[in-house]
Amino acid sequence: MTPPVISQLIFAVLFVAALALAIFNARKIIQNIRLGRSEQRADQTGKRLQTMLLVAFGQKKMFKRPFAALLHLFVYLGFCIINLEMLEIVIDGLFGTHRAFSGLGGFYSFLIGAFEWLALSVLVGCVIFLTRRNITRVRRFFGIEMTPWPRTDANLILTAEILLMAAFLTMNAADHKLQLLGAPHYTQAGAFPISSWLLSALPDSIPSLIGIERFSWWFHIIGVLIFLNYLPYSKHLHILLAFPNTYFSNLHPKGRFTNMDSVTNEVKAMLDPSYTLETTAAPLRFGAKDIQDLTWKNLLEAYTCTECGRCTSVCPANITGKLLSPRKIMMDTRDRMVEVGDNIRKNKEDKDDGKSLLDNYITREEIWACTTCNACVEACPVNINPLEIIVELRRYAVMEESQAPIPLNAMFGNVENNGAPWKYAQADRANWVDD
Amino acid sequence: MNELHIPTMAELVARGETADILFWVGCAGSFDERAQRITRDICKILHHVGIRYAILGTEENCTGDPAKRAGNEFLFQMQAMMNIQILDGYEVKKIVTACPHCFNTLKNEYPDLGGHYEVIHHTQLIQQLIDEGKLKAEGGESFKGRRITYHDPCYLGRGNDVYEAPRKALECLDAELVEMKRCRSNGLCCGAGGAQMFKEPEKGKKDINIERTEEALETQPEIIAAACPFCMTMLRDGVKIKEKEHDVHVLDIAEITARANGL
Repeated sequence: MTPPVISQLIFAVLFVAALALAIFNARKIIQNIRLGRSEQRADQTGKRLQTMLLVAFGQKKMFKRPFAALLHLFVYLGFCIINLEMLEIVIDGLFGTHRAFSGLGGFYSFLIGAFEWLALSVLVGCVIFLTRRNITRVRRFFGIEMTPWPRTDANLILTAEILLMAAFLTMNAADHKLQLLGAPHYTQAGAFPISSWLLSALPDSIPSLIGIERFSWWFHIIGVLIFLNYLPYSKHLHILLAFPNTYFSNLHPKGRFTNMDSVTNEVKAMLDPSYTLETTAAPLRFGAKDIQDLTWKNLLEAYTCTECGRCTSVCPANITGKLLSPRKIMMDTRDRMVEVGDNIRKNKEDKDDGKSLLDNYITREEIWACTTCNACVEACPVNINPLEIIVELRRYAVMEESQAPIPLNAMFGNVENNGAPWKYAQADRANWVDD
Repeated sequence: MNELHIPTMAELVARGETADILFWVGCAGSFDERAQRITRDICKILHHVGIRYAILGTEENCTGDPAKRAGNEFLFQMQAMMNIQILDGYEVKKIVTACPHCFNTLKNEYPDLGGHYEVIHHTQLIQQLIDEGKLKAEGGESFKGRRITYHDPCYLGRGNDVYEAPRKALECLDAELVEMKRCRSNGLCCGAGGAQMFKEPEKGKKDINIERTEEALETQPEIIAAACPFCMTMLRDGVKIKEKEHDVHVLDIAEITARANGL
């Protein structure tokens, strides 16, 4: 066995390195989100906190699909609560103690026992999730945007969680057996309702048991540190970003689309010649062609999306076989944002790469298939709004390029000339009164 | 309809009178023949309960909703500002409308441009009238025991969280209300929103209104209740394509209410 001081040192180095790397990655994510336009989302603190508590902590919207929600709740509770145990693991690692909190006595036993039940529920949840993705192949986990990488990403996360929980339970089982055998350093502590099932499968020799216990301990903690640094490359980032994302939710009715103040300015000037243009910095363009034209909130949402596909599974366009998939809108936005962010960091400026979100990622056919019905927005368990991005892309196509589908141009003409979307004369508007 | 005089705001002002509520008819309600029948029924209801109302008549203009959904913010704001000028000119405080799209735009998008009104959808007005005992669902056609399924318009339901008012209006009929699998906040769009009404759909396997009509027909209704003139068009087309137009009627909540009250 490695002398305790050396293993403490190794642990400290690994721990600090993992944290440093995580902070480095987090900074990149924040830089990328800041590529977006500003938008005020800091008002109504109380209502925002309430939304976050209900939707993120309380998982209110998950429960539209009770089975998936229940399994997700297992994994979520397991994740949150077992992380309390991480604190002890880190203290043990740094100071060479063993079960530093065991002084809590009966309460400690209760905690460890609870963690074991949670670990089991996480394990079961993840196994069922893997089955749903790979064997029963639930439809919403597939679709054009679910290319091999996103599907692998999901499987990697689930497998990692299974391995971590297995390591956690094996560690406890070996520890428990060592306690029963009266091994030195392994003081009697904890309750092991689940891992005691594994006792008979473990060897009886103390050195082998210590080997298994140490291996599981290191496997678990190194696994967690790797997982922490895998997050930024993964859809799994939602475990952190769901909280800010729901806090900064749109608090208006879903039917309300944002008002473009830049347009208001120009329209006022057009209608009233005496109106002096407010010289608030005019936007570079109307609507969005690329990710810099979207707001920081749109970009935060792109990072928050965990690709569960609830949005796409309720989208009327997607259900009826159109190309549009709201999940793809979010995934495209994220991929393009990462590309633009990397480009800027590499070239120290936003060097034109000849690409844009519209056309290179999201096609016209997709944006024009949307009925703006808000089903995707309603379905998202973390309040992501793909519709807002679609509308911004439409605004660019219409106002910057005059590239609306031809029948819509005719509709615009009618509204402008006769005050109705159809070709009827304004003067005939009240004819129904006399019919 | 000749027995019923429908006043315009201009007319009331000329007579030195005011209206309690402006009835915003909307483009579909003004020009679409099927929707005109809903418009008239709303007038009959307003008249029946003695609310002092008026319409804008030829002074009404598209709210700009389809332009806004299609990304033409310029055109939307031009329309909105023109309408706000007219509405404010008549000192309009309260508006009822039969179109969830007009409703949403007037209620949620006009305030940003200086137009502040209390806006309600006609199903909300009908619910209020029922609650106040002014509408009783008697003296007309009986809907007792008839199977009715209600289709939630997106801009009334998800867009503005109005789910109960239209159902309340139906509940007082003593009819047999059956919900579709996708209802309330999970309701499926009829396919007309987002300016789709004015263009051909993108290529796909199926039209959205067929998907929704099939779901409605699965409940084996006698009546599919709608609350939006565009949903009305889409569902009627769907029912026709399914060759069910003789067995299943698509009716607006206002029409059902008017019939139940013998108006």
